Amino acid sequence: MAALQETVTHVASLDAKAYKYGFTTNIESEKAPKGLNEDIVRFISAKKNEPDWLTQWRLAAYQRWLTMSEPNWARVHYPKIDYQDLYYYSAPKSTPGPKTIDDVDPELLRTYEKLGIPLREQEILAGVQTRKVAVDAVFDSVSVATTFKEELAKAGVIFCPISEAVHTHPELVQKYLGSVVPVTDNYFATLNSAVFSDGSFVYIPKGVRCPMELSTYFRINEQNTGQFERTLIIADCDSYVSYLEGCTAPKRDENQLHAAVVELVALDNAQIKYSTVQNWYPGDSDGRGGIYNFVTKRGDCRGDNSHISWTQVETGSAITWKYPSCILRGNNSQGEFYSIAVSNGHQQVDSGTKMIHLGKNTKSRIVSKGISAGKSQNTYRGLVSAHRKAVGSRNFTQCDSLLIGQSCSAHTIPYIEAKNNHLQFEHEATTSKISDEQLFYAMQRGLSAEDATALIVNGFVREVLQQLPMEFAVEAQKLISISLEGSVG
Amino acid sequence: MLEVNDLHVSVGDREILKGFTLKVAAGEVAAIMGPNGTGKSTLSYVIAGREGYTITRGEILLNGVNLLDLAPHMRAANGVFLAFQYPVEIPGVACMQFLKAAMNAQRRSRGDEEINTPEFMKRVREESEKLKISQEMLRRPLNSGFSGGEKKRMEILQMALLQPKLSILDETDSGLDIDALKTVSEGVNSLRNPARGFLIITHYQRLLDYIKPDTVHVMAQGRIQKSGGAELALELEKHGYQNYVSNEAA
Ligand SMILES: Nc1ncnc2c1ncn2[C@@H]1O[C@H](COP(=O)(O)OP(=O)(O)OP(=O)(O)O)[C@@H](O)[C@H]1O
Ligand SMILES: [Mg+2]
Repeated sequence: MAALQETVTHVASLDAKAYKYGFTTNIESEKAPKGLNEDIVRFISAKKNEPDWLTQWRLAAYQRWLTMSEPNWARVHYPKIDYQDLYYYSAPKSTPGPKTIDDVDPELLRTYEKLGIPLREQEILAGVQTRKVAVDAVFDSVSVATTFKEELAKAGVIFCPISEAVHTHPELVQKYLGSVVPVTDNYFATLNSAVFSDGSFVYIPKGVRCPMELSTYFRINEQNTGQFERTLIIADCDSYVSYLEGCTAPKRDENQLHAAVVELVALDNAQIKYSTVQNWYPGDSDGRGGIYNFVTKRGDCRGDNSHISWTQVETGSAITWKYPSCILRGNNSQGEFYSIAVSNGHQQVDSGTKMIHLGKNTKSRIVSKGISAGKSQNTYRGLVSAHRKAVGSRNFTQCDSLLIGQSCSAHTIPYIEAKNNHLQFEHEATTSKISDEQLFYAMQRGLSAEDATALIVNGFVREVLQQLPMEFAVEAQKLISISLEGSVG
Repeated sequence: MLEVNDLHVSVGDREILKGFTLKVAAGEVAAIMGPNGTGKSTLSYVIAGREGYTITRGEILLNGVNLLDLAPHMRAANGVFLAFQYPVEIPGVACMQFLKAAMNAQRRSRGDEEINTPEFMKRVREESEKLKISQEMLRRPLNSGFSGGEKKRMEILQMALLQPKLSILDETDSGLDIDALKTVSEGVNSLRNPARGFLIITHYQRLLDYIKPDTVHVMAQGRIQKSGGAELALELEKHGYQNYVSNEAA
């Protein structure tokens, strides 16, 4: 009993020391003036030398955004954001555009080294890393390096910053950009469409199994700077790709806005596995600072038998507002969502998924594990809907919440919409506490309170961790324990 | 090796242990018998360090170390093992993972090297075969969906692997079929040695046919009412606890 009561005291003493990635890189950067207006949108577009269609696309999004208001239905609370008090573009000065790794500012290379992200291919080849992973590193508003581009090109895979793809593969970008998350989708996605800076572009050609894991590593460095990345992944017929995304930010007392858009398109028989380990700075023990993570991620199973799966481990951010979704358009297509959302301190999480069944015999599976500690709020919000034509569709949803301590809370809000009668939708939800019995049992066998908690939490999230590529699973496991540090006595 | 002196323990404002005193020598197997609700499990929890009990008086020494000063995991590292009356399920944590975590945690607390994986696997295989625990069961989450008897065997497996100095078995025999009772008893007997002590809490003479106790203690109303040899258990089997329970408390 007391072990759990102590939680409260320990959480009170918890501070941001636990966040290992809170350092700042001192590098000169080039910024657009503060605030948002048509000129800023034009400035960003001009910086990237964009074709006129894209400038117009951005401007249309900006006009649309002016008519929209910020959504308020999520179970999160934060002071009103002053959108005129933010910078919308910031780039390290030494990096005018994408180039080879030897040209990258050594200060940036050191930053990524510190973060454990290898950007030098030789090191990776020399076996420092066990498996080859190609990395696109995005620093504030621009991509600073992409590795293994040539080797991937041999397989026909395109993996580059989206700002580069606009020039090298305009037909693909123009065809697919905004085709999954329309410009008008929601407040943050529309804002992103107007001011998006950089992000990754992936195209896997017909019949190709991508020869290595692809990953993008996002880092916010600048103060008062929003990060608006845009990722677009297209898996053509009969192809396969596994993609990983990681993120960190320095400790800052101000809140920072991160409003990304990720679009996935899977054509006939294609499969995309998208994994995220989100570790943005969560703020300090008083709830000061931290990232507002307002993200729109959506996958379109456009082709028959296509398959998209989202796996996310969310440990960071002051506020997370995020619903990676699947549109199951193709017949027999499949969508999956595996999620671990950890909240501690004053963090607020409102996350979940949408599975939109449009095609026949489409299948979806949702496994969500929420862990709340400290004074945090953790909400699962999910929608499973089936169109009139989506006969024979099936969904299985499982939402489990684990509470650590007395001052946190967990909520499960599932919506189900069925427009035909030939469906099988199942939903299971549990809320549990780490019981004193479990803790005492493990401690009687020799584990400290902290190790016992980590072990029990580990068991709770195991099913989702198994979905991650090996190296990431180990990393994610460590991250979860670190995030919960100080939550038990 | 174990010395419990004048222990008074309450939960809320209710006193459960009322001046409990007991000595168990190294190499001794001591049996405690007593009516339901007398405080036997409470005693075992307090020795192991479970929170929620107020110790108002008394001490518990293990080989001279005052256990009341130590956190539960340090008591375990010092050699205290409790086979629970109701073993706890830990979903998602495979038995093997739990066993290894426990062994290594104790080793770390004592400043010893961690066990290497081949050695660990070998030890688990040996001990689980003796206890007729299948490899399939070891891959399952700890105690999740285990039958009553399987849970009890898992407790004894942990005891065999952790090699404690003091083992407290709280009604390990309840819920065991006749064959399992034999298997479990053999497990306990094979651990008996001059350096180890056992505290065996049971309601039935049958267990003591297999694990021959050196001493038998009758516990009632929060303390030991009578101590004797193995014959005391036989007497209890015949007459019950009527001579030890005062009417006002019953
Ligand atoms: N946490 C608690 N809160 C209130 N009462 C408790 C608590 N723990 C134990 N008790 C009470 O203390 C008394 C002793 O309980 P305990 O479980 O130790 O008995 P026991 O001798 O092991 O009985 P049994 O033979 O049935 O296992 C019981 O009356 C029980 O209800
Ligand atoms: Mg009992």
